[in-house]
Amino acid sequence: MKKLKSSLVNMVVVLTAISVIAGGALAYINKITQDPIKAINAKNLQDGIKKVILGSVQGELQVEAPDSINESTVVYPTDKGVAVETVAGGFGGPLKVLVGFNEQGAIMGYTILATQETPGLGVKAETWFQKGQKGDIIGKNPGEKELAVSKDGGEVDAITASTITSRAFLGAVNAAYAAYKNRQEGGTADVASGATQSSRQENAEIPAASNDSINS
Amino acid sequence: MANKLIISLSPHVHGRDSVQRNMYGVCIALVPALLASLFYFGWGAAIVMATSVLACVFFEWAITRFILKSNRLTIADGSAVLTGLLLGFNLPSNLPLWIIIIGALVAIGIGKLTFGGLGCNPFNPALVGRVFLLVSFPVQMTSWPVSGQLTAYTDATTAATPLAIMKHAVNGGGVQALAELPSSMDLFLGQTGGCLGEVSALALLIGLIYMLVKRIITWHIPVSILGTVAILSGLFHLANPVYASPEQVLCTGGLMLGACFMATDYVTSPMTAQGQLVYGVSIGLLTVVIRMFGAYPEGMSFAILIMNAFTPLINTYCKPKRFGEVMKK
Amino acid sequence: MNNFKVLMNGIVKENPTFVLLLGMCPTLGTTSSALNGASMGLATTFVLICSNVVISLIKNLIPDMVRIPSFIVVIASFVTALQMCMQAFVPGIYASLGLFIPLIVVNCIILGRAEAFACKNGVFSSFFDGLGMGLGFTIALTVLGAVREILGTGHLFGWELYSENYGMLMFVLAPGAFIVLGYLIAIVNKLKKA
Repeated sequence: MKKLKSSLVNMVVVLTAISVIAGGALAYINKITQDPIKAINAKNLQDGIKKVILGSVQGELQVEAPDSINESTVVYPTDKGVAVETVAGGFGGPLKVLVGFNEQGAIMGYTILATQETPGLGVKAETWFQKGQKGDIIGKNPGEKELAVSKDGGEVDAITASTITSRAFLGAVNAAYAAYKNRQEGGTADVASGATQSSRQENAEIPAASNDSINS
Repeated sequence: MANKLIISLSPHVHGRDSVQRNMYGVCIALVPALLASLFYFGWGAAIVMATSVLACVFFEWAITRFILKSNRLTIADGSAVLTGLLLGFNLPSNLPLWIIIIGALVAIGIGKLTFGGLGCNPFNPALVGRVFLLVSFPVQMTSWPVSGQLTAYTDATTAATPLAIMKHAVNGGGVQALAELPSSMDLFLGQTGGCLGEVSALALLIGLIYMLVKRIITWHIPVSILGTVAILSGLFHLANPVYASPEQVLCTGGLMLGACFMATDYVTSPMTAQGQLVYGVSIGLLTVVIRMFGAYPEGMSFAILIMNAFTPLINTYCKPKRFGEVMKK
Repeated sequence: MNNFKVLMNGIVKENPTFVLLLGMCPTLGTTSSALNGASMGLATTFVLICSNVVISLIKNLIPDMVRIPSFIVVIASFVTALQMCMQAFVPGIYASLGLFIPLIVVNCIILGRAEAFACKNGVFSSFFDGLGMGLGFTIALTVLGAVREILGTGHLFGWELYSENYGMLMFVLAPGAFIVLGYLIAIVNKLKKA
């Protein structure tokens, strides 16, 4: 078969054809993978919520409809406490944290959903602040005293040689508490703005999955 | 044997200048600082220094002998000894032996011999070793022993250095945080925490004066670095007292050591006086900027390495005048 | 040229990383561990084979003047498909490679092979060229990742060789990638001369 000439008609037809075929194929793959991706994201989120609220305790957890405060902050109320997802600027990029609070506002647990911190240093945040570790924040109540690293006059020991990550992490926890507090006092209605409305709608698909009770 | 007959143009007066003479001259100039570090850090300083020098000399010998398969005895020119000394000066006195040995391997292996040995290395080998260790072992490299513990080695008590205090003041500690700084006189003498060779500004200045008198180096690089840092930090201090005063900035951290001994390395600094001034001012500028706004409390070693990379460019634009050149109209 | 020769050409003689120095961004960015390097290499291999085959099939349908945009559309489609599949079926690897998966589109190896090989040769040769180049890239990335992982964290493919406390963090960070790559190229050159 002879090579097609570079005439205008040929070029337009070929490029259009390639784009249409590629677009169609991608749409089909997107359709296949959409559900597994959604399922994985929902599962990660539910595992995270379970982890920060229940810790190592086995049990069931009823997760109610989530409530987005703004683009990066989402509150997930459950029957045993409230999980809040926030984002802070870490050393290497955004640090996405999920923190669980009990009825009194004390921290029940936390997990890091996404991180780009330095391996060997900043990524230690996943374990450093857990119960019994050096920077233990479990059981502390940010409402009584805002969390801060000891370098800044706080009570939490920063991760060795990763003060910036530690500051970002504690900042995220404090922000999560603020969102939690705001919600407890029924302040969400005041905060809700145009932007909140739209992000709420984006999140509207999550409760379908998270409303089911999670069995462990 | 091929080079036995050397033919060259007159004049044929030998200036007694050689690589050895200059290298050992610098080593002598380091003696006051060496004594000061022994005085402040005792055993720890001696162990770190000895390990660093021995390891550097060993790696220089082993790599040239077995990997490069050269029979030239390059360790005799004293450059490996000097690299070892300077590397040791740039480490805390409680550093474990194995980290020092890695530092020496990186300094000599990666920093120097990979590029072809003395005279071919674009970066100061001792600083390559130090920065490698600083990035690789941030925990060990940033816990500084308090001076005065003469018999302690890895078990020495550590404390925040003056630089860390300054950084904290800028990052939200406020002016009152600066009150924790030792007095300027203590900083000048070296009664403070830090790398073992950098604490005593006085001892380093004595070494600088020796090198200037012996004409091992010229004044351009050290004076331009120190001057730039003094003026810049003075301006910052005047604008906002959260930034430490110039005399405190000058006497802390690796500034003196870097300005006198690291930046003036022949191989990695520009050749002409004009180029050296450009180089020195830029180092001073970068150091202040990194100290005030960077993530690390100390910027000297990074500033010198960055300007090392610019040295060929500076040399291109600041060429020495050709002998007999006719002025362009 | 027989197909075996084409295959070995990509792995040894014109190894994209060690000889051609193509695709440096993922090479330096994703090789912080042997597993990351290997999975990046395999992902690239997949795209490379697919794009080579498709482009050699449709090479006569594409007018010369629009060949680059056509190639890019084909490559980008495969990369997007790969990204969605990885996200759905191997989320762990997807999380650690993250940004670098979409960046396969601009990997110069792929466009380079499309332009230099696939649009001039038959389907089978192009398949083997893609496979060879991809495997060469995978091997290089795995070795680079393994060296960095061993020196930086004391692990290999996640197995602990010595305590992480003795690892040199520099090798996990970007400068370590440059240093290790430089020494690997030096060793490869030395071996080729011998």
